[in-house]
Amino acid sequence: MNTTPAPAPPAADWEELVTSALLGTDRRTPPGHAPGQDAPVALLDAAAVETVRRRAGLCPARAAQRPEPAAPDTRPALPVAAARRLAMLLTDRPGTGGGGRRGTSPDLMELLPQWLTAANARGFAAPVQALPALLDAARGRTDLRPAALEFAGPRALWLARLNPDWRFALRATPGGGTALPDLDAPDQVQLLWQEGLFAERVALLAAIRAQRPSSARELLVTTWATERAEDRLMFLDSLRMGLTAEDEPFLEQALADRSRNVRATAAELLSALPDSALAARMAIRASACVAVDRTREEPGLVVEAPHECDSGMERDGVVAKAPAGRGERSWWLGQLVEATPLATWERRLGGRTPKEIVALPVADDWRSELHAAWCRAAVRQRNADWSRALLGTPSAPEAGGPGAVSLAERAKLLSTLGGGERADWVAGFIASQGLSEAFQLLGVCAVPWAAPLGRAVVDALNIARDAGSYPWSFSGVMGLAERCLDPAEASRLDGLLAVPDETEDAAPGAGGYWAEAFQRLVTTLRLRAAMAEELGAP
Amino acid sequence: MTQQGVRWTADQVLALAPDAASRKAGSKLGAAGPWSEAGSSDEGTVWGLCKGSGSKPYQTVVDIADTAGPAYKCSCPSRKFPCKHALGLLLLWASEDGAVPSGQAPGWAEEWLAGRRKRTEEKRAAGASGSPTAADPEAARRRAERRAERITAGAGELEQRLTDLLRTGLASAEQAGYGLWEETAARMVDAQAPGLAARARELGAIPSSGPGWPVRLLEECALLHLLDQAWLRRERLPDDLAATVRSRIGLPASPDGPPLRDLWLVLAQYDTTDPKLTTRRIWLYGTDSGRTSLLLSYGAAGRAPELALPMGLALDAEVSAFPGAGQLRAALGEQFAAPSPTTARPQGVTTAQAAVHYGEALRHDPWLDSVPVTLDRVVPTPDGDSWQLADTDADSALPLTSTARSRPGLWRLVALSGGAPVKVFGELGHRGFTPLTAWPEGAGEPVSLC
Repeated sequence: MNTTPAPAPPAADWEELVTSALLGTDRRTPPGHAPGQDAPVALLDAAAVETVRRRAGLCPARAAQRPEPAAPDTRPALPVAAARRLAMLLTDRPGTGGGGRRGTSPDLMELLPQWLTAANARGFAAPVQALPALLDAARGRTDLRPAALEFAGPRALWLARLNPDWRFALRATPGGGTALPDLDAPDQVQLLWQEGLFAERVALLAAIRAQRPSSARELLVTTWATERAEDRLMFLDSLRMGLTAEDEPFLEQALADRSRNVRATAAELLSALPDSALAARMAIRASACVAVDRTREEPGLVVEAPHECDSGMERDGVVAKAPAGRGERSWWLGQLVEATPLATWERRLGGRTPKEIVALPVADDWRSELHAAWCRAAVRQRNADWSRALLGTPSAPEAGGPGAVSLAERAKLLSTLGGGERADWVAGFIASQGLSEAFQLLGVCAVPWAAPLGRAVVDALNIARDAGSYPWSFSGVMGLAERCLDPAEASRLDGLLAVPDETEDAAPGAGGYWAEAFQRLVTTLRLRAAMAEELGAP
Repeated sequence: MTQQGVRWTADQVLALAPDAASRKAGSKLGAAGPWSEAGSSDEGTVWGLCKGSGSKPYQTVVDIADTAGPAYKCSCPSRKFPCKHALGLLLLWASEDGAVPSGQAPGWAEEWLAGRRKRTEEKRAAGASGSPTAADPEAARRRAERRAERITAGAGELEQRLTDLLRTGLASAEQAGYGLWEETAARMVDAQAPGLAARARELGAIPSSGPGWPVRLLEECALLHLLDQAWLRRERLPDDLAATVRSRIGLPASPDGPPLRDLWLVLAQYDTTDPKLTTRRIWLYGTDSGRTSLLLSYGAAGRAPELALPMGLALDAEVSAFPGAGQLRAALGEQFAAPSPTTARPQGVTTAQAAVHYGEALRHDPWLDSVPVTLDRVVPTPDGDSWQLADTDADSALPLTSTARSRPGLWRLVALSGGAPVKVFGELGHRGFTPLTAWPEGAGEPVSLC
């Protein structure tokens, strides 16, 4: 203890005693030793008195510089039951035993992200004593960090400055935990923009872009010519947020950039502006390639892909060199169509609706190429009409297998639709195609799943069980269902909890495993319902 | 008392778990899913059926109103105590979502409870009529005399070792290493003086304990010498000091203080383990008397000791002190109600008063390593590589011990404070302060730091 012993004259005697003890009384006579006394015993006697005296005389130390108090957290405190729930969720950490088959009990760690999202949506403050466990959990799982740090609030950043293990929290928070300057103070903004670290400048640009899109662009223009190529790319990318026609002149200029990646990004941004000059140029080029074939009885599309990639095309962001295994002409066609405003086609192809256009047969095997490019355009331009047309009906036979549009593209197309429509489409898909291909599509649906979607998943699981397979063939969907099914659906599962009688063609023991999997699903749903209730209405 | 009144927090339940794996397994079972026919009685019994891997569900019952802390019974084969089912059941009961309704215990639970209550009654009746060991006082006296002779021989031998060491010098102890003191400790075990054995063993570790070791070695040698000498002259010591010396030597004693009834706040509960034994320390604070008492209970290696009093609860009970001046150790006597939540907090002092308190306690027991104190309005403050608790209203501070600095509880304390004053209970000694429990300023539940 680095406290001070009481001021007292025999301090020197203690030093003497220690020296004698180190050297041994044979070599050095201890202080205050009377002749005739056994020297070691005299030393121990004196040391015992001194030891007790030193300990009894200890005084407190001087206080060190006290830490600056943490910024106040004005959010309301968690309800008591929710705070208890959080303590339990944080107790279930990886590496605290367990393992093996999952059994019927819920995986609490999987529920933590959802719990955090709900708590953040309701604007609660984290209980301060839970902050160390919360920071440790976020340290181990990067996917948890944004939600965990938002919930942890200002005191977590205050803690992170005191503990090197939690430095990630400072890095993960824009500005490294130091507040951005007042955006209305041009001097401070200029200072940070001129002298800040790269991450600070990106954070600054994003913050300004979120409030006043044109100011961000004007700030960027002031130093554009002197930035390094990779920095230009990152800065340009931050214009993606709040992109408007006002950005067009700047982006047009960037089409002449020295860096190919910067040119490509500028072209991509311009093509997302349907009224831009670039979009118009691309529309002219693409229109020249696709036409209605009127020579046949049934109308169809003929495609004449470009024969060369001229310098004008390259300047507008078309990449001339095709990747290995792709034909040059189809590569160029794809890029032209992708960057063309979709409204172009309705005018060009005889006033047809997107649905009618997509239904037209395409000559000479160009269909996949053309439809894939339209899919990318629909996603880039967030065009729901075209997305709907390209998705087709979920029960169409080619929706599940290799059609003109892949599952990955369908998932992206779905993301342009409203939540309800998305869920209905996926529900229809599952009802007609089963679960084996549905995983990717379920991932883009809003949580909790809408009632028809939830019902379709449960029915499909039930069918899979009756078909006699093992539940772990569906563990991905089952895990998603635990996290995404609406807890209100739990009662619908009651009929599935019993162990069914084994039929002859069923896999041995599968019924028991299914019952276990459904029990876990119900338990998890009940737990999620309890969690939501503890947090109160949003 | 209502059901609501005795509900525990999840933390308090999880504190009963014997290890981390049980905590995790118990947490998972703390949801309604696997449970059926769960219920609880107003007398403080909780029961339920838990679906396991077999066809027959496990029968789990916990008696939380037992005077010696919660008692558990489960039909599962686990040798953990309490098992994950008992923990899960208590968590379910603690979670307040109506999963454990009030009711009448089913037959299988009632049977076990009735058996337990009957045994407790019998024990109490037997205790009142005198213990069976007092049957032959003459034989007991002879046994005690023989043991005292062996301890006296051991203390003499230990004195010889100490004077030999001081004659040749502590510098030689650095080369001697553990061996010498391990052997000495074994001789003290043979001499039936476990207190001397433990101190002798600790001497062996000091030369490798970092800078300043000669000072620490001299201090500990001197205190061991003091204990030897006190034992050899125990007849000439005042009764209280003689009792303290006997307990430091390691002689068993029985609590003989008058039973003190109070509403005892559980300040802290923590376990220390060595390969053979788990020792549980429970600090109690009498909310009327202001007294602080220590309950000790033991468990064989790997098993949690039976007595469990979750931090933050208060119990209406009698405790009796063990003999010895300034002795804080006590035994739990009769409990008049099950532990229940409270908002009571201990009285606190400044860092300077705490240091004085330790100094005064050394007058009664010079071998005392630390005393329990509650510090009022202190701020956890970084001090180089170390931490201290600094008074808000004065320029003085107590450093934390090195063990306290390496524990996760330190960060809970720092998080709780956020740079503002807090109330902290812990143990203060010559090595520094070890925080065990903290309360935020204003309202709020206590936070366990151990």
